[in-house]
Amino acid sequence: MTDLKIETRDLDLFYGDFQALKKINFLAHENTVTAFIGPSGCGKSTLLRVFNRMNDLIDNVKISGKAYVDGKNIYKKDIDIDELRKKVGMVFQKPNPFPKSIFENVAYGLRVNGISNKTYITDKVEDSIKKAALWDEVKDKLKKSAFELSGGQQQRLCIARTLAIEPSIILMDEPASALDPISTAKVEDLIYELKANYTIVIVTHNMQQAGRVSDHTAFFYLGELVEYDETKRIFTNPKDIRTQNYVTGRFG
Amino acid sequence: MNHLDAELKNLNKDIVAMWKLVIDQLFKSKQAIENFDKDKVCEVLASEKRVDAFELKINMDCENILALFNPLANDLRFVLAVLKINYNLERIGDYSKGIVKLIKNADEPFEKKSLEEASIYGMFDVCLEMLTDSLDAFEHENNEKVRGIFKKDDKLDVVNKSANKIVASLIKHNPKNVLSYLDILTIVRKLERVGDQTKNISEEIIFYLEAKMVRHMKVKEEKKEKKDK
Repeated sequence: MTDLKIETRDLDLFYGDFQALKKINFLAHENTVTAFIGPSGCGKSTLLRVFNRMNDLIDNVKISGKAYVDGKNIYKKDIDIDELRKKVGMVFQKPNPFPKSIFENVAYGLRVNGISNKTYITDKVEDSIKKAALWDEVKDKLKKSAFELSGGQQQRLCIARTLAIEPSIILMDEPASALDPISTAKVEDLIYELKANYTIVIVTHNMQQAGRVSDHTAFFYLGELVEYDETKRIFTNPKDIRTQNYVTGRFG
Repeated sequence: MNHLDAELKNLNKDIVAMWKLVIDQLFKSKQAIENFDKDKVCEVLASEKRVDAFELKINMDCENILALFNPLANDLRFVLAVLKINYNLERIGDYSKGIVKLIKNADEPFEKKSLEEASIYGMFDVCLEMLTDSLDAFEHENNEKVRGIFKKDDKLDVVNKSANKIVASLIKHNPKNVLSYLDILTIVRKLERVGDQTKNISEEIIFYLEAKMVRHMKVKEEKKEKKDK
């Protein structure tokens, strides 16, 4: 078994009086892909945002219980949130490139982190775009605006932007839901390749996508982690009737 | 009812209809032998085409459901089980056809005494019971009933093993009837295969109901596994 990267223990999260997560006990090991599935509002994106403390940006959020990344409690007072977010990158549902060139989009994170060595930045940008399986498509137009790229290319550019910071964990919140099938397949292939070097947690509404890309799947319902197991087991023989009803489309 | 439910319901309806048809074929094969009834022979041969048509339709429906609806969990296991049961039922239909063809080509009825000595009637009854039980277990999702079928198949294996000696003795006492006795031996072999196919069907029902592969696993091993859990 590989090292534990993410862990939560009895984690509760409230938005004001509303409890969005209930006693979540979850763990993800290094170099694995975990899919979060469940109906809208079940808490899967909320839990994803716990891992890089994105929920801190929302008013009235209260968290109790423990959340660890690489064995460190990320909700301790002395934690450096910028360091945490460097370690835990995030890719969102809609591609959100900056209004800059393709090159500068990827270089941005390096520059704001104080890196100014031109050769290092150039090499890092190239390496990150290659890792995001985008290099062949953009190598001759790095100075062009990122907005000239297609949706699928923009999403892979955002993944390259995340990779440039050298995270060890990548959180993906429905990364392919706004993409066409070919772009979706490219993003899925990319997730499969990235698994060798990163730990990935992906929120998806696409059951087949969860089956194709993930090693483990967690099913959430009404803020509860109902079932967490190997993906093949969740999709062939789930233990909980609620999971079965959800994956077979008979929920509610 | 959603679209997938409707498709699965249709698939269920078709496989049950095919099952009943195959049971009817085997039952008529028994009657054909008992009464040397060539009309029953024709009925079995005629229904073979319907069994084949069911096989093709069910195959195609399973393929379409898998491709278009991507069923998961118990739905996926149901479709995979039906796909295999479909094949097993078609083979049982073939054995019934093979049996009645022997009667079609025979000039005179088989000796009743020899049929009894080779336990042909008993084998037919066990096969029919196994098939009916399997259908009942499938329709009512009855795990316990399926497991009873394995024991019945053991009975057929015992008869099959002793068949060579019995038929050799029949030939020894009445060498003129050798061809008829060899046909009896062929029927024993075919009924034993019907038992094997029905056992395979039972394994698929367990896979569907319990997500468990019991193929190549002996009953004792299965009990041990259950106990260990």
